Amino acid sequence: MYTVFIKEVNYFLNTLIAYIVISVFLTAIGLLMWVFPDTSVLSYGYSDMETLFSFGPYVFMFLIPAITMRMFAEESKNGTLELLFTRPLTDWQIILGKYFSAYFLVIFALIPTLLYYFTIYQLGSPVGNIDTPGVIGSYIGITLLGGVFTAIGIFSSAITSNQIIAFIVSVFMCFILYAGFSSLSVMNIWGGSASMIEQFGISYHYNAMSKGLLDSRNLIYFFSVSVFMLLLTKLIIGSRKW
Amino acid sequence: MSVVVSQLTKEFGEQKAIDNISFEAKKGEIIGFLGPNGAGKSTTMKIATCYIPPTSGTVTVCGYDIHTSPIEVRKKIGYLPEHNPLYVDMYVHEYLKFIGNLHGLRGKALKDRSDMMIGMCGLTQEQNKLIDSLSKGYRQRVGLAQALIHDPEVLILDEPTTGLDPNQLVEIRNLIQEVSKNKTVIFSTHIMQEVQALCSRVVVINNGHIVANDPLQELRTSNKKITKVTVEFSSPMDIELLRAVDGVNKVNQLSETKYALFSDKDQDIRQTVFQLAAKEGIPLIGINLEEESIEQVFHELTKPTE
Repeated sequence: MYTVFIKEVNYFLNTLIAYIVISVFLTAIGLLMWVFPDTSVLSYGYSDMETLFSFGPYVFMFLIPAITMRMFAEESKNGTLELLFTRPLTDWQIILGKYFSAYFLVIFALIPTLLYYFTIYQLGSPVGNIDTPGVIGSYIGITLLGGVFTAIGIFSSAITSNQIIAFIVSVFMCFILYAGFSSLSVMNIWGGSASMIEQFGISYHYNAMSKGLLDSRNLIYFFSVSVFMLLLTKLIIGSRKW
Repeated sequence: MSVVVSQLTKEFGEQKAIDNISFEAKKGEIIGFLGPNGAGKSTTMKIATCYIPPTSGTVTVCGYDIHTSPIEVRKKIGYLPEHNPLYVDMYVHEYLKFIGNLHGLRGKALKDRSDMMIGMCGLTQEQNKLIDSLSKGYRQRVGLAQALIHDPEVLILDEPTTGLDPNQLVEIRNLIQEVSKNKTVIFSTHIMQEVQALCSRVVVINNGHIVANDPLQELRTSNKKITKVTVEFSSPMDIELLRAVDGVNKVNQLSETKYALFSDKDQDIRQTVFQLAAKEGIPLIGINLEEESIEQVFHELTKPTE
């Protein structure tokens, strides 16, 4: 697993994907947070990081599928998947190696945003006037959300050998899971089950965590969705054996 | 026995890609795996390397069964898949190290092995190039180098020489021959000369069935039916005299002084032809016995069945 992980990370570094992903993410978030008047912290006047945590998922929704779309699709198109699957590796080692390499890149893109926290901390009046537990909760939330999006991306890359299809499918799935369920739940047709439908979505759990409240149910939700997507990936990868 | 294929069957939906095939390969043998396109060669190889499972039957590699210990089997096998897939965005040495790493080689052992492979496969000049920038022949060597990196006991090569120029062909062949001394090599090909040059034994597969599994020499002789002798004289020879030669049952005039004689008897007609020329006083300037080539044997064995 480690070998596959290193290989994928090297690929990101050698092909500039890593630099592009990180700089696009930071530029987009930086513009939203500090420059665009509608969303800027400076004109908003409150010392919080709401902008990062509400727009971050939408930026991830496009960036993460772009990172993961080639993972299996490219290999199955080039035939290198056969090369990989005939080495002494289990399917899980390959899937997890790829998953963690993409996840690693996502987390790496998030790390520089800690600087925003420091900036707002200093800009606060008085200094340090920021909801630190809320920020920590949000960071954990967005990290877990990145993990779920990555798992979705890996899964959709495994179902096709066409990278564009993989990208579009995973953007769509991320969107439905993040925003779709909560938006659907406000429709007036569900009756008593509306709250249950809302809880299927990521945003419900994500918002709960951004309050600084680490409820085990939310953590379990994120982990189980990630694991579920990876299990589906294993199923797809294993389907060559049917 | 290094590789034992027993009663292997693979169905893709309704279609049987391979149907109950069995053969064995000993250590030190080079086995040529022949057959027309779609005969099931690649499928058999994919099963033996644990890429896809068979519908029934099994393969054991060095005593390990593909069903029960696939990881052990993969460790024993060096595999070059068809079309030689490579990570084209990697450097040659990086790629070999990556594959070596997957096989559990680390540190100095890994470096030594990959340097050795680079030397052996003639990649010294190319080791710092991107695989993307290599020509087909060099890519093929990289493919072979990665198959050999962990010094496997069994080498499975799926069409290792397609698309190479004649010089590269010879080099790759020599390489295969060189490494095969204490390994089992199974390779598939369409090129018959290759079989003649390399293999000790030939397995011919057609429509998923094994139609021949013989040492190369036997395969040739057992199917021998007609011998063809081409003769050339310095001046035209009476064709009727040639027809009268004992054992000859057909004569074709190829050019003014050149004839092809066909015989279905076991005896060698060259001697009689020579004597005839001496008797007639027409110098014989060329005589050549064409044994039935392995190509003809192949055509014979893989004829579509009505």
